[in-house]
Amino acid sequence: MSTTAVATTTNGNASASVKLPIYMDNHATTPVDPRVLEAMLPYFKNHFGNAASRNHQFGWEAEQAVEKAREQIAKLVGASAKEMIFTSGATESDNLAIKGVAEMYREKGNHIITAATEHKAVLDTCKRLEKNGYRVTYLPVGADGLVSLDDLKRAIDDKTILVTIMYANNEIGVLQPVAEIGKICHEKGVLFHSDAVQAIGKVPVNVIKDNIDLMSITAHKIYGPKGVGALYVRRKNPRVQITAQIDGGGHERGMRSGTLNVPGIVGLGAACEIAMNDMPEESKRLAYLRDKLRKKLEDNLDEIHINGTMEHRLPGNLNMSFVYVEGESLLMGINDIAVSSGSACTSATLEPSYVLKALGLGDDVAHSSIRFGIGRFNTEAEVDYVADKLIDTVKKLRELSPLYEMVKEGIDLKKIQWAAEGH
Amino acid sequence: MAYSNKVIDHYNNPRNVGTLDKGSNDVGTGLVGAPECGDVMRLQIRVNPDTQVIEEAKFKTFGCGSAIASSSLATEWVKGKTVNEALTIKNTDIVKELSLPPVKIHCSVLAEDAIRAAIGDWKKKHAGSEAAAEPVQAKA
Ligand SMILES: Cc1ncc(COP(=O)(O)O)c(C=O)c1O
Ligand code: FES
Repeated sequence: MSTTAVATTTNGNASASVKLPIYMDNHATTPVDPRVLEAMLPYFKNHFGNAASRNHQFGWEAEQAVEKAREQIAKLVGASAKEMIFTSGATESDNLAIKGVAEMYREKGNHIITAATEHKAVLDTCKRLEKNGYRVTYLPVGADGLVSLDDLKRAIDDKTILVTIMYANNEIGVLQPVAEIGKICHEKGVLFHSDAVQAIGKVPVNVIKDNIDLMSITAHKIYGPKGVGALYVRRKNPRVQITAQIDGGGHERGMRSGTLNVPGIVGLGAACEIAMNDMPEESKRLAYLRDKLRKKLEDNLDEIHINGTMEHRLPGNLNMSFVYVEGESLLMGINDIAVSSGSACTSATLEPSYVLKALGLGDDVAHSSIRFGIGRFNTEAEVDYVADKLIDTVKKLRELSPLYEMVKEGIDLKKIQWAAEGH
Repeated sequence: MAYSNKVIDHYNNPRNVGTLDKGSNDVGTGLVGAPECGDVMRLQIRVNPDTQVIEEAKFKTFGCGSAIASSSLATEWVKGKTVNEALTIKNTDIVKELSLPPVKIHCSVLAEDAIRAAIGDWKKKHAGSEAAAEPVQAKA
């Protein structure tokens, strides 16, 4: 994938060229926006000060930059600047929120509620707490990928201290009903944390309207740098307290010690401001491109399946299964396009995506899935190229697929006695 | 994951893709794996009843690139061999030829299983004849 080539795609009468390889995996990470990089550079060079240095200009400059970023981030999500704690990214934010609340409110209770489709940063944190005497309820999701509010209400008991449910899923892009979830939590006096990594800057997020008490943010999914993020911690109605998980110099009002990553924080702030300004237009453009990709694939291929609801979904996300074609072999055929698959063969554990399995999909459908993450820098010509290449490759692999042939002959695959090796 | 050139070559130009008439008396069919595991291989052979030489082999595979390459290679290797010679093909030979990494060894195992299953099916059809009397070699 190191060579750069130029390919031509024919799109009706228009013919546009695209640069290869094409990056369409924007849920994994995003490129840094040149405007963000521009904002960051001075803080590597002249303004290199430590934001905690209180007695000289270098420190003041750094502190000013950090405080400006805090404002920019807070503004994007309807919070106040003081409610933002800087971290090294969303994995840390999720850990700090969940462990920090669990430890702080241990007297009140030991029960936490989350969902089966959460990111590992949340699930594995919950698993760790289970080992330490906490009780965790993992809510199931429907075929649409959404948790049921009734399930949530039933799960809350007098020992529940925290509900942690993500805003938008990183594989299928579905948006959970966070405002309703938060409302239920507040009625029951339970704190609500949301991992909003994939939603921030893509759809309007507002911690007040969405009744969120703690929220995880990371810069590298919104065209900012990797290794920097934030945790929103509500200061009133209710005032949320967390126990610090990293001890040291008492930075970030004691909630997260460690010298601040000033250039990274400046980048996160700039990324938030740009996202806020660009969102109305950008989300329309991404939804248009996504819908075009979907339509082209649906018009040209049979036996394809959309994973999760299209109704409540991030504009740039499409997750589709090309049934009877295995995902890794599909990726191999489109190796000038960067997307990802829920197939077991692509994972280190040889297990298919737990998110897709949670939707109730058979493993065979999960094995055939591709996640497209269309982002700010993708063009319509790229979408056309991706669609054409995918259609060709799926057709070619279906020629090779014994399953596709059997289904076309009217054989019911479920009725076959498969002689499986223990996989 | 980086693929070896040989895997890429088999993936881009799979040999002997296709279907033989599984009802035919001189055809043996092996269908191994399971859709839930992400891999299904079907390997078919046409055997000359007089010489017991495999004259034709076809495959179709649902699976990763290494699984496709393993089965494509398997069809090349069995062709021209007698059924008993074909039974000596080991998954480790496939691993070596295609430079498969450890996580892909099961793809080669599946190809070996497919060869055995196809030959087993053919032998079943000829039960009572000379071929069936030969013992099937124990699996490595
Ligand atoms: C939903 C979600 N939460 C958390 C993370 C982890 O974020 P980070 O890479 O900043 O630790 C990611 C990204 O991988 C994500 O998609
Ligand atoms: S078929 Fe799954 S790894 Fe080869």
